[in-house]
Amino acid sequence: MITTTGLTKIYRSGRSRGHEITALDGVDLHVREGEVFGVVGRSGAGKSSLIRCVNLLERPTAGTVSVDGTDLTALAGRGRRAGKDLRRARSSIGMVFQHFNLLSSRTVQDNIELPLEILGHSGQERSRRALELLDLVGLTDKARVYPAQLSGGQKQRVGIARALAGKPKVLLSDEATSALDPETTRSILRLLRDINQQLGLTVLLITHEMEVVKTICDSAALMERGRITESGTVGDLLATPGSRLARELFPVDGAGNGPGGTVLDVTFHGDAATQPVISQLSRTYNIDISILGAAMDTVGGRQIGRMRIELPGTFEENVVPVGFLREQGLQVEIVNAAPQVAETVALTKEGTK
Amino acid sequence: MTWSEMQPLLTQGTLDTLYMVLWSALVTVVGGLPLGVLLVLTDKGGLLQNTAVNKVVGVIVNIGRSLPFIILLIALIPFTTFVVGTFIGPTAMIVPLAIGAIPFFARLVETAIREVDHGLVEAVQSMGGSLPTIVRKVLLPQALPSIVSGTTTTVIALIGYSAMAGAVGGEGLGSKAVTYGFQRFENGFMIATVVVLILIVTVIQLIGDLAVRLLTRRTRTA
Repeated sequence: MITTTGLTKIYRSGRSRGHEITALDGVDLHVREGEVFGVVGRSGAGKSSLIRCVNLLERPTAGTVSVDGTDLTALAGRGRRAGKDLRRARSSIGMVFQHFNLLSSRTVQDNIELPLEILGHSGQERSRRALELLDLVGLTDKARVYPAQLSGGQKQRVGIARALAGKPKVLLSDEATSALDPETTRSILRLLRDINQQLGLTVLLITHEMEVVKTICDSAALMERGRITESGTVGDLLATPGSRLARELFPVDGAGNGPGGTVLDVTFHGDAATQPVISQLSRTYNIDISILGAAMDTVGGRQIGRMRIELPGTFEENVVPVGFLREQGLQVEIVNAAPQVAETVALTKEGTK
Repeated sequence: MTWSEMQPLLTQGTLDTLYMVLWSALVTVVGGLPLGVLLVLTDKGGLLQNTAVNKVVGVIVNIGRSLPFIILLIALIPFTTFVVGTFIGPTAMIVPLAIGAIPFFARLVETAIREVDHGLVEAVQSMGGSLPTIVRKVLLPQALPSIVSGTTTTVIALIGYSAMAGAVGGEGLGSKAVTYGFQRFENGFMIATVVVLILIVTVIQLIGDLAVRLLTRRTRTA
């Protein structure tokens, strides 16, 4: 639905060529129809430039963007101003902003009608559609109110209603929940999820909150220094050994209970995750397992996520149980194994000195 | 000078002053508003970035702003004569008054529009809004309270200019004050004109403030 190839954006400050900032460095992104795709990264990683290049609010220095089969970069032409074709293409891409960007001079309803005014719909049709959308976002009673009288969450609901007014196929969300508290964030994410499912809308969102990706994204990409360093469905990312995105999405922590244990990180994904593996392990080998930390979610009846567990004894003693876990299709990483007895002695001596 | 002698002079002076000020204010708004918008749009990073146009308009506006009004008034006599047919009388004075106030008002409009959050412009761009849409539906409505308050300031400045215009062949309170209060040493009349001017300025300021308050009430939190 959204494809970028070799997308590059270089900002030049001043007239000299010395000050160049490469915000996007050859980004290839592919967002499939109907999915919620999240791009995560720190501030300054280029996320914002990326999403703004998708509807060409920002002109890419090089590369192409195509949305729903239309090459937007070709429509853009060479001038700074957006031509008619590009403007028409933009009206089928909704956008939601971190700071809502509602017009304070217009009522909620008039804000939602604005895109329809641009599309040239009649007054009657505009108000019918606006009321329909207010109902969708749960703000039917706020039609005649000005944005200043709304809470942050309500403002973002208006922002979402406005973005949907022109019946877009794609919704871009530029840190839509970053200015909201956790509770409101969850309700906005739930709304986005509902819209994605009800209307079959493709959503591309950028965020610095892992929680957002975990809550609603089907796929995610990690962005660093203007490049996409990891990308895939959440399941695929978990299945990738050493994926930093998976580790950050499902962070596990917790130290072992002292010497004499083996600490493992177990990643659950795919079919194996439907089995109660940990209790099977415990019963089969008659060992006590401590769960030190876990970040698990159940999506579509499957458990996905990561868990840190501790098995008694050295790694050598645990080769068989680890093999069992791997046989179940789980990914196992050894965090730290109990050191050999000799080493322990040496360390104790070192400590007493 | 008795009150019954003063009254017709003051009434006529006030009417002439208001006639000059209100018509020139109208011309100023019509001329200054697009100029202010043009200054913002053509500026660096603006939606119609055009350094040459921006520089030229900026220089013209600055020249207009730095000329003392009394000099502008005299320098414009040929132009005023060309437009109105005479350079004397309240109608003729509308020309220099408006030309003097347009640059001033244009700068006020420029400042007001610059204060509009760029995010709003982007939001409308993302909806596929064209430049005229952005100006009409975002920049002007969002800047309206500041523009109205700038208009009040401009009208009050025009009252001051109109008194000067009165000294150089115009009519109005300024000319009456010069003729009767100054040249005939009628101190009582001088004081009366000052009081009337204060009243006019106060009323205009009150109306302006009221309009701004009505416009911003909805944008503030309840």
